[in-house]
Amino acid sequence: MTAVLEISGLRKTYRGRKGVRNALDGFDMVVEAGQVHGFLGPNGSGKTTTLRTLLGLIKPNDGRMAILGREVPRHLPAVAREVGAIVESPQFFGNFTAETTLSLLADAGGVNRNRVHSVLDLVGLRDRSKERVKTYSLGMKQRLAVASALLKEPKLLILDEPANGLDPGGIREMRTLMRTLSESGMTVLLSSHILGEIQLICDSVTIISAGRRVTSGSVSSVLAQHTSGGVRVRLEPGVDLVGAAQLLRAAGAQVNLEKDHFTVGNASNPAQITKLLAERQIYVSELSPVAADLEEVFLELTGTAPVAGHSRQVDETVMSAGKGGWGQ
Amino acid sequence: MSLARAESRRLVKRRLTKVIVIGVLLVLAAVVAGSWFSSEKVGAAQVAAAKAEADRNYQEALRSAAADKEKCLAAQGTPEASQWPADCNQLFTPTIEDYNYEWYMPATFVLREEFPLMVAVFALVLAAAAFLVGASFVGAEWNSGGMMNLLLWRPQRLRVLGTKLAVFLGWVTVLALVLGAAWTGLFRLLAEYRGSTENMTSGVWQSFGLTGLRGLAVILAAGALGFALASLGRHTGMALGALVAFGALDIGAYIMASLAGLSFPDLWFVPYWLIALLTKEFVTTDWTSCDYSSTAGCEPATFTMTWQTASIGLAAVTVLIVGASMLTMRKRDIT
Repeated sequence: MTAVLEISGLRKTYRGRKGVRNALDGFDMVVEAGQVHGFLGPNGSGKTTTLRTLLGLIKPNDGRMAILGREVPRHLPAVAREVGAIVESPQFFGNFTAETTLSLLADAGGVNRNRVHSVLDLVGLRDRSKERVKTYSLGMKQRLAVASALLKEPKLLILDEPANGLDPGGIREMRTLMRTLSESGMTVLLSSHILGEIQLICDSVTIISAGRRVTSGSVSSVLAQHTSGGVRVRLEPGVDLVGAAQLLRAAGAQVNLEKDHFTVGNASNPAQITKLLAERQIYVSELSPVAADLEEVFLELTGTAPVAGHSRQVDETVMSAGKGGWGQ
Repeated sequence: MSLARAESRRLVKRRLTKVIVIGVLLVLAAVVAGSWFSSEKVGAAQVAAAKAEADRNYQEALRSAAADKEKCLAAQGTPEASQWPADCNQLFTPTIEDYNYEWYMPATFVLREEFPLMVAVFALVLAAAAFLVGASFVGAEWNSGGMMNLLLWRPQRLRVLGTKLAVFLGWVTVLALVLGAAWTGLFRLLAEYRGSTENMTSGVWQSFGLTGLRGLAVILAAGALGFALASLGRHTGMALGALVAFGALDIGAYIMASLAGLSFPDLWFVPYWLIALLTKEFVTTDWTSCDYSSTAGCEPATFTMTWQTASIGLAAVTVLIVGASMLTMRKRDIT
């Protein structure tokens, strides 16, 4: 596979009155052609800074970036025609209609204005296209932003939180749209906090924390790397759950008791569980591996899982422990 | 070329542009209408009426002077004498020269004399409009995020900002030339029907043309300054705030220069520079000085600011601020 997007060693430093902050600290990312690639990270981790830097809105301090095999920002004017992007919240001049907004962008980018109606139709704004953008809801503005990114039929589509403000139907439509675009050969880089969506849509992911990549790869491989090897055990109704758990604990198992089942964390040989329980006439009704989901992996890798009695600050992550943040 | 076309469409489609252009048309129409209704064609009848009025006033003044002299003479030797001069012949006696008939003529628009002022009015109205539209054109783009969107499509910052400015100034030039031609035509008609077109030589028209060009320079500079200030602050309000702040500072500098006893405090007041630019020159006088000559005695010193000096000042300020806006466009992150 060829890489549509390559970033290596990207650095961006902000200097403020409170000191120096490394928004990006040697960040790396590779997005392969034809994939839907999820770009995840906690608030303030550097996702939007990465996208803005990639699109020439922010000047990096160091690092290398390439889109479609061409170095950016040097060749950005040449590749911009191939890249559709929305960055952060959708922003448009409110007094223009959606149709005018897109036709002005089409003119500026040298795109045929006839495309305007087809992309408005694609994102479901056809019937509202002659209304002023300031009358739109956040979800409608989001749809318009996606339409603007699709206007030039890009090879690489960069979407920053495209599901923001969308209703459940809209989120599902967006998911289908991403898939359709990917199947048509378009590469999609998708930044989102809706991890369930990312897991459903994306082929691969990169997770960023405190300006650095913490993991990347196909969704399945990332999940596999962080699957605990535990199993979920459910017994026949009426059987003493606590007694069975104590029996396994006595045999050295790490058992977490839940309401109607328990999990065994270090179940390298699940057959041992059924054997031990069966010897005491306790029969298992369900024995299934506990699969990690992307949310758990994300929280674990970024260290942003909520802790009871502790208010986590935005720059507080595993990567930033003891460093990062203002005043370094 | 496609970017220029898009920016041209964007400018023309903006509501504020339309509102301000309509506002400009209304103000200019009001000036023309006011001049029309306050002017009157002068002919033999008006001259005769003015002469009669002047003579009537002169005769009235003579009668009043004679009555005063009689009262003065009657008061001699009485307590009221103190209210009159000791010599009643010293009382003012009007002469026919004090009642020039021209002062009794109705207002009439003399094209040769009064059109330069109208060019200045035209230039100042359009300059104010250009400043506002220029500031809003780019300020609203920055503020709404439209500029960022545009840069995602055309990641060439200087080209984008430069094209926007060029398109805007191009439209301002077209509007100024079209309205300027209409303005000249209307006042030509006004002078024809409600005033005078006497002594309109080709040299006078040439002079009007040059005044118009200086006016156009003021309009373009105002537009460029509004645009550049709003771009520097990435908000329309920045341009308006800078204008208000500069106005306050300028008035402060003028007052301080006057209080400090500087020779020509008027030079610290920028509107006088504009007057110099639009009316060819501005002469300021230092009333505290004395240029003595045996023939004329003590004459106060004067300083003449020419339109050339004022042009250099305006051009320098414009280049500086537009340059700063381009530099920050190139350097600053867009967040």
